[in-house]
Amino acid sequence: MSKNNNSAIQDASQEASWINVAALHKIYNTRGGGKTHALADINFTVKKGEFISIVGPSGCGKTTLLNVLAGLISKTEGSASVSGHEVTKPLPEIGMVFQAPTLLPWRTILENVMVPVEVQKLDKKMYLEKAKELLKLAGLDGFEDKFPNELSGGMQQRAGICRALVHSPSVLLMDEPFGALDAMTREYMNLELLRIWKESNQTIALVTHSITEAVFLSDRVIVMSPRPGRIAEIITIDLPRPRTLDMMNSDAAGFFVKKIRQYFNAANVIE
Amino acid sequence: MKFLRNRPEYVLVPSVFIAFVLIWENLVNIMEVEEIILPTPSRIGEALFFQLSNPLFWSNFRITSQETLLGFTAAVVFAIIAGTFISQIKVIDKAFMPYLVGFQAIPKIALAPIFIVWFGFGMTSKVVMAATVAFFPILINIIEGLKSADNDQIRMLRVFGATRFQIFLKVQVPCALPFFFAGLDVGILLAILGAVVGEFLGSQDGLGAMVLLAQYNFEVPTMFAILIVLSLMGIISHIIVKALQRKFAFWADSSNFIGN
Repeated sequence: MSKNNNSAIQDASQEASWINVAALHKIYNTRGGGKTHALADINFTVKKGEFISIVGPSGCGKTTLLNVLAGLISKTEGSASVSGHEVTKPLPEIGMVFQAPTLLPWRTILENVMVPVEVQKLDKKMYLEKAKELLKLAGLDGFEDKFPNELSGGMQQRAGICRALVHSPSVLLMDEPFGALDAMTREYMNLELLRIWKESNQTIALVTHSITEAVFLSDRVIVMSPRPGRIAEIITIDLPRPRTLDMMNSDAAGFFVKKIRQYFNAANVIE
Repeated sequence: MKFLRNRPEYVLVPSVFIAFVLIWENLVNIMEVEEIILPTPSRIGEALFFQLSNPLFWSNFRITSQETLLGFTAAVVFAIIAGTFISQIKVIDKAFMPYLVGFQAIPKIALAPIFIVWFGFGMTSKVVMAATVAFFPILINIIEGLKSADNDQIRMLRVFGATRFQIFLKVQVPCALPFFFAGLDVGILLAILGAVVGEFLGSQDGLGAMVLLAQYNFEVPTMFAILIVLSLMGIISHIIVKALQRKFAFWADSSNFIGN
């Protein structure tokens, strides 16, 4: 926590908005000639070193929003910027973790983690040490030369997180990274993620369909509602850090979970 | 014993072979089939051993092998070039794919007489024949393979800022490798076929010509002996391609990892 504050002071000028999304719209042309308003008037900012989650019922556009920030999808209107750069294509200061680990099966774990370094033509020697450090941090010590098929799903996803961090991006985007894991592994991965976040001081935007996960991890939770996808509320989670699993049984945590769930229930009624 | 229980094929396959040969040998003897219709396995074996000590056989063997390998190599090179362009550039795909599919429908063996008119009775016509027959399965596999790349993997590389060429090199090419080897496996056998058919139609040299010569002289055991040699060439090629596949496209065979 104190580490976050220090860096926030260092970058006081940008501290206000490391990620800045303003009046963002995304409209898809559907095959029948119609239009789908996937994102409507999205406005929010994320501070440097902040951990935010984006939640909402399916079809609310949360993954679309993340893909716009990643530079994978073009926006129809408005602005989305990361550290002052307007996102029009994938930016090198962004790392991304996907729903599936998406490791390349013909590469060893270490070679997989090195993909961003190779692609961005960074100094391989220097980043090789970084990659090994990250793998150690993620508890994948000794698995550097194994192939993805030899690792469990949770281990593969951790390697995927290392890959997203290796080129020292300032922003980590995560698209339901733990959705495919069982409940126990998922809790463990949440704790791991908090530990890595604390050490690496990244700004994280996480898309998840788990309300408790969002509350447990985040500084703020962006709740979205569908058709058109828009922000229903941004909730500040002022639970103390470091967070523990026990904390999730507290009344304070229960209050946040309940508050967010209301929006899901409302959306279901409409459906 | 435990070994045999796990891998019964090591006993079963040779047993079937021995039983087959024994029945063949005895049936031919009992029914008194003439040798120019069907020789006994032992006579074929004799003919095979005679050929293996015959320098003329080995020079013919070398010629057929050369034709096969040259034709096969040409087919692989052209298939890689054509496959890359077709899979990467949409206009080329749309413009030429129908012609390739149409050309594929030609029974290519029927082209052999034309190739002999064009390229003469020497080795060239056989190399061209081998290349033509082997080309299509390799090409189709390369195209399928390059198009088989996982969308998520491509998306992942794009997020990290990969260019189109990097995506081609780092995802599409590796994804194509298992398909490529499957194409090679079919292609090498077809190359042998093409070379031998070319030799049938007009040649003094090569194993195909030897089969024809044996036919003129009613040396049926020799014909069978050379057939065995040609089969062995095919089997050995197949084993080599499989070994290369296991080495260079190991991830495609997930059984590699079970129990590892």
